Amino acid sequence: MRDTAAELAFVRHFAAARASREAREPAWLGRVRAEAFDAFQAQGLPTTKHEDWRFTSLAKLERLEFEAADMRPSTSAPRLPTGVALGRTHRLVFVNGRFAPTLSDLGALPAGCRVAPLSAALATDPESVKRAFASCADVKTRPFAALASALASDGVFVELAPGAALERPVHALFLQTGSGAPAAAHVRSLVSAGAGSRALVVEEHAGDTLVPDLTNALSEIRVGRDAAIDHVLIQELPEQSSCFASVLTRQDAQSRLGLHSLALGGALTRVELESRLEGEGAELEMNGLYLGRGSQHPDHHTTIDHAAPRTTSRELFKGILDERAHGVFHGRIHVRPHAQKINADQTNRALLLSDRATINTKPQLEIYADDVKCSHGATVGQLDDAQLFYLRARGLDLAAARALLTYAFASEVLERLPSESLRASLERALLGWLPQGGAS
Amino acid sequence: MLEIRNLHARVEGKEILRGLDLVVRAGEVHAVMGPNGSGKSTLANVLAGREGYEVTAGSVLYRGRDLLALTPEERAREGVFLAFQYPVEIPGVTNSYFMRAATNAVRRHRGLPEYDAIDFLTLVKQTMKSLEMDEKFLARSVNEGFSGGEKKRNEILQMLLLEPTLAVLDETDSGLDIDALRIVADGVNRLRSPERAVLAITHYQRLLDYLVPDQTHVLMEGRIVKSGDRSLALELEKRGYGWIEREVAGAAPA
Repeated sequence: MRDTAAELAFVRHFAAARASREAREPAWLGRVRAEAFDAFQAQGLPTTKHEDWRFTSLAKLERLEFEAADMRPSTSAPRLPTGVALGRTHRLVFVNGRFAPTLSDLGALPAGCRVAPLSAALATDPESVKRAFASCADVKTRPFAALASALASDGVFVELAPGAALERPVHALFLQTGSGAPAAAHVRSLVSAGAGSRALVVEEHAGDTLVPDLTNALSEIRVGRDAAIDHVLIQELPEQSSCFASVLTRQDAQSRLGLHSLALGGALTRVELESRLEGEGAELEMNGLYLGRGSQHPDHHTTIDHAAPRTTSRELFKGILDERAHGVFHGRIHVRPHAQKINADQTNRALLLSDRATINTKPQLEIYADDVKCSHGATVGQLDDAQLFYLRARGLDLAAARALLTYAFASEVLERLPSESLRASLERALLGWLPQGGAS
Repeated sequence: MLEIRNLHARVEGKEILRGLDLVVRAGEVHAVMGPNGSGKSTLANVLAGREGYEVTAGSVLYRGRDLLALTPEERAREGVFLAFQYPVEIPGVTNSYFMRAATNAVRRHRGLPEYDAIDFLTLVKQTMKSLEMDEKFLARSVNEGFSGGEKKRNEILQMLLLEPTLAVLDETDSGLDIDALRIVADGVNRLRSPERAVLAITHYQRLLDYLVPDQTHVLMEGRIVKSGDRSLALELEKRGYGWIEREVAGAAPA
């Protein structure tokens, strides 16, 4: 640590919460928290000298003396965002990192499925939480995951028995609200999917604060043999906020996992997605869209670890950057020596709508097996003049033609989203983002 | 309808059109023929307003207005339609969405009510049937993965939906087999009316078997060097362009 204002604030939060947590949480959790906080202190907030943070500066953020969001006095009930409409869901709402039962609607759960706030699961069945806890997250190289592990006030706990299926999506909505000094909310979620189970989990971060709040979320997903899980991260925070989100996962044999990230708002966004494909035949799809204008800074770091033979991964990220926005994409694919006959495909495309927008993109392939199929492609470009002319020659004005082509660029990512209502929600969000609300 | 006077145009610094004159009246079909590199496609692109085609002299009046002062979309809305020689592929934009957006943009400009999705679907399916196009092309991305012939039919489909006053066909016949050629020509013939005009730019005369022109022009080195009726096209087919080149060279002042 360099004892920046933000780091010292986190030290105070950790110390202040310790006594009350020790009183109500199991001892093993106290140890996990303490180890995670040690790991954070050993790393501190990274600077741009760190290779993984070269293009993402925390200089502004580290000067902020955050207060703990869960200590922020609660105001009147916040307005729930309506952008992401998923129909009938199991809905859990967290306000400033605390579970809000009156805003939540868990509904009836199918047999073998447990969906609950982590705080409640810890109170009623700490042993099952312990089994799922910290099984994926190596926080020694991830300072924000370490912070979330140490400081999390709550989060979502999803446990699926072998063969269990959640027909409706789990919708976890994390809201930051209130005013005053900037506040930091830390949450952590766990998904433990037994063999052959199925679920869609949507993790949405939103809010209405006007101060530079910080949201820091850690999600761990353990995907059992033959299970099929989709996780969708949606970040649509207000323009002053920053968001750090880590989704760290492990997959057993023949499982299928979809990790989707949609970074739409916020000032600074850092998303870290990781999956370790540990069982033969596991399949992973990573899918992302990030939008930036003004001085927004969306950063995605992805890691795909092919640790078993015959595993496949397909990764598609697209970014649309306007004005002075700065995007970062770093896609690491690691193939271990015995992981033969794997198939990995990575595509990253960025569309720059302004000549002041920037993208730093870096594929990083580390292949230690010899019988593998790996491909990657990265492109950075502007809208195509021939396509623009074609649309205009049919009567669409320049703004509408640009909006239509921009929309088309992103549509490939939206098509891969795992539900129709999600696709429709994100299409609306994208059209709302486009100048003039998209083509008429 | 269209009055082109002494038109000079450059592409990438090279002068391609060098004093082109052409007058097309309402109700007429004109064919412009010429060897490769004579300026046929440049003429089409200048009329549609493509960037990179720089007019250095001359004028183009369309229904009495300065066409060159209009943006490409204004020209389209005012009724100028270019059927592209090489229609561009637009992945991610479905054909039906695109065509409805275009049709409604043009209708809005003309003060006509816009089509809702259902009315438009009825109209476009009907029109596709007349062009013997499969409805599956509606759900596909604009021109993406279409064969050459399918792209040309898609152009004619758009033309029929947009109901232009002046249709410019840029080698719409190239790459079509004889059945497709007939279908495309039928589509153009359906558009013919006393209020409309067609400028068919072509390399071959076979389109003109189906689309009988009122006048045929020979374009060479950026100028119309000879005009005549339909028989001129047949003569070009038989004798090539060499005799006209010699005729032009002989007539030129020393």
